[in-house]
Amino acid sequence: MINSSLKISYTDEKVLLNFLGEFSLYSISSYEQQLDAINYKNIQSIVVNLNEVTFFDTAASIFLNNFFQSLQEKQVSLSVLSQRSDITDTLKLVQEQGIVDEKLPKKREKTFITTVGKITESYYVGFLSFMAFLGELFATKIHYLKSVKHIRFKEIAFEIHENGIRAFGIIALTSFLIGLVVAYQSAFQLKIYGANIFIVDMLGISMLRELAPLITAIVIAGRSGSAFTAQIGAMKITQELDAMRTMGFDPYVFLVMPRIIALMISMPILIFVADIMGVFGGMVVAHIDLEITTELFLERFTEVVAAKHFFIGILKGPFFAFLIASIGIYRGLMVKDDTQSIGYNTTKSVVESIFAVIVCDAIFSILFTNMGI
Amino acid sequence: MSKVIEVKDVKTVFGDNIVHDGLNLTINEGEIYGLLGPSGCGKTTLLREMVMLQKIHAGDIEILGHHLSGIRHKEAQNLRREWGVLFQAGALFSSLTIAENIALPLKEYTKLSSKMIDEIVAFKINIVGLKLKDAHLYPSQISGGMKKKAGLARALAMDPKLLFLDEPTSGLDPISAREFDSLILNLRSLLGLTVVMVSHDLQSIYDTLDKVAIIDNKKIAYEGSLENIKHSQSEFIKTFFGNKYE
Repeated sequence: MINSSLKISYTDEKVLLNFLGEFSLYSISSYEQQLDAINYKNIQSIVVNLNEVTFFDTAASIFLNNFFQSLQEKQVSLSVLSQRSDITDTLKLVQEQGIVDEKLPKKREKTFITTVGKITESYYVGFLSFMAFLGELFATKIHYLKSVKHIRFKEIAFEIHENGIRAFGIIALTSFLIGLVVAYQSAFQLKIYGANIFIVDMLGISMLRELAPLITAIVIAGRSGSAFTAQIGAMKITQELDAMRTMGFDPYVFLVMPRIIALMISMPILIFVADIMGVFGGMVVAHIDLEITTELFLERFTEVVAAKHFFIGILKGPFFAFLIASIGIYRGLMVKDDTQSIGYNTTKSVVESIFAVIVCDAIFSILFTNMGI
Repeated sequence: MSKVIEVKDVKTVFGDNIVHDGLNLTINEGEIYGLLGPSGCGKTTLLREMVMLQKIHAGDIEILGHHLSGIRHKEAQNLRREWGVLFQAGALFSSLTIAENIALPLKEYTKLSSKMIDEIVAFKINIVGLKLKDAHLYPSQISGGMKKKAGLARALAMDPKLLFLDEPTSGLDPISAREFDSLILNLRSLLGLTVVMVSHDLQSIYDTLDKVAIIDNKKIAYEGSLENIKHSQSEFIKTFFGNKYE
């Protein structure tokens, strides 16, 4: 900093500390090193000269005060030379504070066991609160379905548009590309055995039964699941949810149910789109790479791919949709009154819903195979 | 005067923190009643308990003859139509315009024609001192003071008997704050409202309140008119009202 320095001069049993210029936050660290370097052997007293200090702040004052206390412990006598009242006042202020001063309470350090315990407890509580959410959801659902009047068609239509129709493009493109890639990779292998025509069996079954529903679910989890969390979380922060409750508008009826129902309706339709585009992608590769014409492809398709594969894929839709929507909304309702938690919960919502979808898919897979479908 | 709200032995606990312990107060019809106290004493919590946003752990709150503990869904829904609540930042629905915000309860709860609803909305917009040309703006396009006025208009949409205000003048400039105070006084005399508010604004407290309850140390430290408040022993009251009555 601008011309600030400390001159230390030794005269037999005395040390003179001459502070020059600005004595502030910025100069403390270098002074500290200089003061630490003082050799206290045979030294009886220290003189601190502040007369040539141009600026003196509270940090400097705290620093000096600590230094004085350390001198006391070393039993070195001290005298301070200062004519300016503002400097002595600042020093006095810190000294008075020092008498009543309690140190900032230290954060309690957690042991490994408490950390594990806390995490386990938080998962347990999280699980319970999700169950409570589902319970309330079903209670509302019963109440909701009792009369047609309660069903909020306008909101449902709006959500279908937002989360279904507007997702057509991205779903179509993604599944087309996946169909293309899967076909291209398997075409390479099939050519070796001259089993070109089996591309149809492979692609048809894997796409309709597994890939299309999964891809749709993952895209929708990223697209709508995160949107639900952020929308509802923001509404919670701005107290819109509270306002709704005090006006007697149950958020479960107005916000939660329309979103869940809309997604459960949209999802099978989106999976249907994904089926078409995925198979189309495969067809393009078959045509270019394996010289299977469109007619041949479609003829083989109707022969070998049973309708059940298609229906199983579509059937998964509402289940995936329910998982994605309910997790997204639950995470939105879990948002606390700070902006950080929107980000945290949105991330959680997407990760958890994709995970839930995959677990659900695995269960379906085992179930259907054992049932012989 | 008949009582509108009665709070009996209310206890509220957050984790290890006891907020209220045996809290009692009575609010009569036509009063403008203030809940005051140091920050963190649970004024807003009490307000939230009154409007059923938060459950109490013990005791009972009676509002307009309904007991809130163990209230049935249907009864609660009916009760909710009889009050209006203004939140600190307005809490307008951000996807709706001001006019749609005010019209929402009317659309949901009544079978009024849309022409009639428009007229009611225009009336409410006028009564709170907003301009009709702003009716079609969204909450994000208007100032904080306007949001509060719009929130008040929405709270008044169903002509409630009871109005809850959570720090109505906080965040407003002094002129708008005084305007808001006189608006509340006017509405009370026009519509015969009972108003319950949480406030920190001394000027607003002196200008509007008929009766205050001071929550300090988990209980009511003082309940009554502002004139008698200097006799109270609470530390908070001495520091908060000290200068005025010295």
